[in-house]
Amino acid sequence: MNISARNLNFKQLNEQIKAATGDVFIDDCFGQRFIGNGFKGKTITIYGTPGNALGAYLDGANIIVQGNAQDAVGDTMNDGRIVIHGNAGDALGYAMRGGSIFVRGNAGYRTGIHMKQYKYKKPVIVVGGKVGSFLGEYLAGGLIVVLGMGIEVVPVGNFPGTGMHGGRIFIRTSKELTGLPAQVIEEIASDEDMSEILPFLSEFADLFGMNAEKLAKDQYYVLKPNTKNPYKQLYTAN
Amino acid sequence: MKEGQIRIPSGCAISGLIDKSGKRMSGEAVLRSISVMHDRSNGLGGGFAAYGIYPEYKDFYALHIFYDNSASKKSCEEFLEQHFDIINLSKIPTRKIKVITEEPLIWRYFVTPLPTKLGGSQLDEREFVAKCVFRVNTRIDGAYIFSSGKNMGVFKAVGYPEDIGRFYRLEEYEGYCFTAHGRYPTNTPGWWGGAHPFALLDYSVVHNGEISSYDANRRTIEMYGYKCTLQTDTEVITYIVDYLHRKKGLTFSETAAVIAAPFWQTIERMTPEKRETHEYLRNVFSAQLFTGPFSILVGFEGGLMALNDRLKLRSMVVGEKGDLVYIASEEAAIRIIEPNLSRVWSPMGGEPVIVRLNGDEV
Repeated sequence: MNISARNLNFKQLNEQIKAATGDVFIDDCFGQRFIGNGFKGKTITIYGTPGNALGAYLDGANIIVQGNAQDAVGDTMNDGRIVIHGNAGDALGYAMRGGSIFVRGNAGYRTGIHMKQYKYKKPVIVVGGKVGSFLGEYLAGGLIVVLGMGIEVVPVGNFPGTGMHGGRIFIRTSKELTGLPAQVIEEIASDEDMSEILPFLSEFADLFGMNAEKLAKDQYYVLKPNTKNPYKQLYTAN
Repeated sequence: MKEGQIRIPSGCAISGLIDKSGKRMSGEAVLRSISVMHDRSNGLGGGFAAYGIYPEYKDFYALHIFYDNSASKKSCEEFLEQHFDIINLSKIPTRKIKVITEEPLIWRYFVTPLPTKLGGSQLDEREFVAKCVFRVNTRIDGAYIFSSGKNMGVFKAVGYPEDIGRFYRLEEYEGYCFTAHGRYPTNTPGWWGGAHPFALLDYSVVHNGEISSYDANRRTIEMYGYKCTLQTDTEVITYIVDYLHRKKGLTFSETAAVIAAPFWQTIERMTPEKRETHEYLRNVFSAQLFTGPFSILVGFEGGLMALNDRLKLRSMVVGEKGDLVYIASEEAAIRIIEPNLSRVWSPMGGEPVIVRLNGDEV
């Protein structure tokens, strides 16, 4: 079903999406918030610029954005997939606990902070370009991959992985990664490390028409939590 | 109830656009842009700053004044007549809008300081005007000068920005630069004077966020003769920008490096030359650092600066198309007026975007 979002406020738009049967195509989207929040079995394709909190609490639905998205995409998402053909704003995938987000372009500050995993629930974010500071801050689980395509410098801002205690962050770069916080161990990714991300590189490449094998050949850093009690005396003597 | 009498323990929307060629456009575009972000504000304040709108009076200070009643108008006009040559005065044209209520008297004066008064004060002209603005705002009960620059003006009220724009007939003004604000006041109840933009001389500020260093910054700026009367952080931002840029002669990029200074650990990793500059600015102007979330647009004669706090705790997007530069809290607010941008990006925290009219020196 096609919906023109022009002159609809977010409530009206979401009611129409909810009422629609089958796949939904939204046109003329200008900043309507909360699209697809908590949705299970639908595919929503958006033309234009969806507003903040796109796909928050998503629970199995598919969302495709043919353009850029704004802040807080996939906030606390549980399941499903969000595909963004442009850029994403700040706090992408905040506190995600399942499902996957693929961004062709860049993402903003605080990408994937507070993500967590449990048993078979493992959230995944793949960003094609660069991300801002505080990537994966307080990461407790899940997987973040930053591909740095077309980026000449290290494709992450300051303080990636600060406070991380679970999960993995992969960064594709030929540059040296320096200045990381004490809670992080950074290593050049081994073949074994890479096996964790290969399926998602393939998915990313399929989505955006790229070559996964070529992408996988380059140098990746992997950031893991430092298990040697890095939090000792971070706040108080213990 | 007015601003400054009560403090309620913020969200907002900002938008701005500038034509670098100096070509003037109507206020319609910024009005459409800010209205897309309706849900970011709550109807308790909004406003616009417009630059290049008074070319026929460009050599005169344009004072926009709110009066509670005709007695306050009379007292204020007496003061103005003692200090200024008033070239023209009129009510600011408005149209009746159902949802815009409790309007004060809203007047506009084009003035120039009386040469004898100015000479006797031994102040430069802009300082003289700024001092007069503070004098009115603190001493004349019921009078509030909310705009005091040349060839620019602030238009603000309580309500949603799209209604306020129609109230002030913004579409009838033509300028090369506009900024806009939709307010969601968090610390104060929302009064006409407390709406954004805040302005002093040609500097105007619209702000989304909440400065947690507000009181430290306020005490600092009051030591230099500024009077903060409204308990709002944006008032303090405006005065600190005026202090750093006009009084201390810092450039806008230096001003940004003071108010959104990088962390010491970031400075440590800079090249020696850059490190020296940042260490100097942080040491000398430590009390002018703002902590807490903000995204601001600073309008000034001939340009516009956009800046995020160093942690980038508020969103801000910049778009370009030809000579036009657009900045807004949300990309959708830019796309609605220009769907085909040649470039769109989000500046990093603490990284100013400074746009000037073509040919203007930095």
